[in-house]
Amino acid sequence: MRFSALKILQQGLTGNKGWTHHWRDPQPKSEYDIVIIGGGGHGLATAYYLAKRHGLTNIAVLEKGYIGGGNVGRNTTIVRANYGMPGNSEFYSHSLKLWEGLEQDLNYNVMHSQRGIINLFHSDGQRDAFAWRGNAIRNQGDDAELLDRNDLRKMLPYLNFDNARFPVRGGLLQRRGGTARHDAVVWGLARGADQRGVDIIQNCEVTGIDIENGKVKGVQTSRGAIRAKKVGIVVAGRSGQVAAMAGMRLPIESHILQAFVTEGIKPAIDHVVSFGMGHFYISQSDKGGLVFGGDLDFYASYASRGNLPMMEHVMEAGMALMPAIGKAKVLRSWGGIMDMTPDGSPIIDKTHVDGLFIDCGWCYGGFKAVPGSGDCFAHLIATDTPHPAAARFRLDRFKTGVGLMDEEGTGSQHNLH
Amino acid sequence: MRIKCPICGDRDMREFYYQGAAVMLDRPAPGAGDQVWDDYLHNRDNPAGDTRELWHHGAGCSEWVVVTRNTLTHQISHTALARDVKGASS
Repeated sequence: MRFSALKILQQGLTGNKGWTHHWRDPQPKSEYDIVIIGGGGHGLATAYYLAKRHGLTNIAVLEKGYIGGGNVGRNTTIVRANYGMPGNSEFYSHSLKLWEGLEQDLNYNVMHSQRGIINLFHSDGQRDAFAWRGNAIRNQGDDAELLDRNDLRKMLPYLNFDNARFPVRGGLLQRRGGTARHDAVVWGLARGADQRGVDIIQNCEVTGIDIENGKVKGVQTSRGAIRAKKVGIVVAGRSGQVAAMAGMRLPIESHILQAFVTEGIKPAIDHVVSFGMGHFYISQSDKGGLVFGGDLDFYASYASRGNLPMMEHVMEAGMALMPAIGKAKVLRSWGGIMDMTPDGSPIIDKTHVDGLFIDCGWCYGGFKAVPGSGDCFAHLIATDTPHPAAARFRLDRFKTGVGLMDEEGTGSQHNLH
Repeated sequence: MRIKCPICGDRDMREFYYQGAAVMLDRPAPGAGDQVWDDYLHNRDNPAGDTRELWHHGAGCSEWVVVTRNTLTHQISHTALARDVKGASS
């Protein structure tokens, strides 16, 4: 079914009885050309672009839970391309361009809202660093504007500009940055992949990867064995466990990142605001809830929940930056499982096993990467060559030390990102 | 999360700095080769379940503590001084 304004009108007048399921619920077949392990945003986008760009449709996406139940439902929905390092820069630029066409492409309202993202600075040194970053972003062909304090006062009048420790001096604005509705993104991608013939199989946990003579032959699952010519692993926080089924040890440690949402209030925060020095960033959802988060808890975890010290730290930072939000009650908090690499940048690469590919290490930036990662991983699986926008996301860069993408400049070491 | 420091007793996690997997206790020889060093520096078992990690009691006695902790529940089952663990293994 194609969605349109006319369709909504028709359905509205006929009791909304004609809407159908957005995707099928097929039984797994015994064999596919390609099996994608992981039905999150990245896995579904991979299947979608394999079908759309490469005409490959004999594909299964295997999801151990349900569509929308993993990290794609546990993030803060921010979409941006304001990176400075070669590698990340061209990749996120590519991803943002795909976001901009995604709704028309999918015929699905993912509520992509380019409301602008502002990274605040508080000192001369930080201003210089942001000017450099802005120039790097513009050299990549994306947009960035350096704002001074007066510009910011007009846009964000509610900030505590005269905070004693971190007075707000200005910010780096990317107008094309913003947010999207996280659930709708996976629903739309699942529907788009399904319409092109991809089987989306939920409640199907992969328990083993079959390898013979260095070549992948298929997977063992909770719903039986499935043969496949090619297999892609794209399972975010669970990358370590799934890769271990193929005898791999990854440069990844899974950490917890918490986020929070308040009760719905009237429109107050029109942009995404990032307060890096306080480890705090915030936006307002279309329902009115203030959605905000901070830094990692900084210990390995698969618990999908964090501890109170980081919660307190995030709330303190929020109150320091915008004291007005103190009156809003926090409704919920959640934790996503972040697949952290030593340099804080991702991996899209082949493995030592012929026909087995891996897409992981998205750290705390996976949501904005969804279409870009899908497109680049699909390109790698279909053609056996890396997509130009993701050619630097190599698995061996830690071993060789060549091409590390340490965006924060803190060092390529676990626990520093 | 509270961590039982073998010297100071039960303390708030905020007193500790998290270093990571206790693989750091077994530093390879300088000439052990690229693969061994890559495994030591970067590659991790990253288990969903019990794991051994190094925490530094920076705001306490300044000891390195080997913590056995479950990554699914955050339950800590055992702690020991790193120097004792290291002494026993070498």
